[in-house]
Amino acid sequence: MSPRRTLAVAVRVLAQVRRDPRTLALLVLVPCLLMTLLWWMFKDEPGFNLFDQIAPALLAIFPFIVMFLVTSVTTLRERSGGTLERLLAMPLAKLDLLLGYALAFGLLAAIQAAAAVGVSVGLLGLDIEGSVWLLAVVGIADAVLGTALGLFVSAFARTEFQAVQFMPALVVPQILLCGLLVPRDAMPEVLHRISDVLPLSYAVDAMNDLAGSAATADVWRNLAVIAGFAVAFLALGAATLKRRTA
Amino acid sequence: MSVGPAVEARDLRVTRGGHEVLHGIDFAVPGGEVTGLLGPSGCGKTTLMRVLVGVQAHVEGTVTVLGQPAGSRGLRSRIGYVTQAASVYDDLSIVENLAFFARVLGVGRDEIHRCIEAVDLAGHGDQVVRNLSGGQRSRVNLAVALLGEPDLLVLDEPTVGLDPVLRESLWATFHRLADDGAAVLVSSHVMDEAERCDRLLLMRDGAFLAEGAPAEIKQKAGVDDVEQAFLAIVRGAG
Repeated sequence: MSPRRTLAVAVRVLAQVRRDPRTLALLVLVPCLLMTLLWWMFKDEPGFNLFDQIAPALLAIFPFIVMFLVTSVTTLRERSGGTLERLLAMPLAKLDLLLGYALAFGLLAAIQAAAAVGVSVGLLGLDIEGSVWLLAVVGIADAVLGTALGLFVSAFARTEFQAVQFMPALVVPQILLCGLLVPRDAMPEVLHRISDVLPLSYAVDAMNDLAGSAATADVWRNLAVIAGFAVAFLALGAATLKRRTA
Repeated sequence: MSVGPAVEARDLRVTRGGHEVLHGIDFAVPGGEVTGLLGPSGCGKTTLMRVLVGVQAHVEGTVTVLGQPAGSRGLRSRIGYVTQAASVYDDLSIVENLAFFARVLGVGRDEIHRCIEAVDLAGHGDQVVRNLSGGQRSRVNLAVALLGEPDLLVLDEPTVGLDPVLRESLWATFHRLADDGAAVLVSSHVMDEAERCDRLLLMRDGAFLAEGAPAEIKQKAGVDDVEQAFLAIVRGAG
């Protein structure tokens, strides 16, 4: 592994995104517009504010989904275009490639998280007891998690169709079980146990902690779990990426 | 210069999807020469080349490249590899593509312009690859392989679909690289490119039909072009 090569990959991925302003605009605007839609939906609901209930979880879920998809498609493109084979024939460590991607998409995620959090808290009046900065940090961690999972599963996708199918297969169950629809401790015991080993649960917990209290100990613990999952997925990604293929 | 050939293979066998596609072949690729790997598509040329650059799985036999087993880590910066697909980034400019691969290989920025000039693309450096013609794109692909003056160039059909003038100039480039001491292995399914090679490996169905200088092969078969020689050998064997 070498920092020079990791950085070279990250700079190259960002240069490609810069050539594609529409993707960049979608990446930043779509989460903001969805948060606005959510706010609008609940605007006339009497009683307690459902927007404040749901918005923190969505701030965790959006970057995870978006980066998972972007990463799956990008790496598949790298594979089918032949550039992956060329890179693997060069002196590039597999982790250089994976970390380079994680770095580049992490940076994009920072922009995305800043925009989504800024709109939610600044314009839509989302009530956050904890630190707004930490909210953005959790958002970035979720995005890196999505990238890491996308990199890992793209090793198993041979076609675009397969890559896209990994989204309902691997991401939707996490959304169902993360506590957005039913609090995790109110779910049947088995599902609760399963949700304990799904990374998105920790991301949503961290966001909800930040929304509900100014204490940060739980947030950092959840962040550590998310980071642990991301590192594990990257390691698995490096292990499943084969230099020699049939 | 190292002694002995740049590539030496003994009893090379490769299986893909349960089928043997290379059937225990022996060959050598000497430095300082352009070796042509000729045969119809599907005969195993690409598989053989992937073995040399170390990305082919299920390889048996002994393959030595530049004195080390094929696929060794130390070889990765010494081999230039052109795949059949233009393995460059469509959404980057020519210079950006070369700059990226140069950073991965750890070669200086001056190499970027040298390689762009070597494939006759000077003055186009800022163009985005997506907007280039197929021929220009395959030249960018070749330029990447030239980065860092590799000791072995493995070029998988680098001249397909190019205009004759450009093909002429690329073959001149291959010979210039060989004259500088590199071993150049070029595959093609077009038999009329045979005459441009110093040595030939004629391949069919995962085995060699003949090898040697073009003149030698034609003489042995008693015909006056390589395509006829190919046919004569196939008929003779059948």
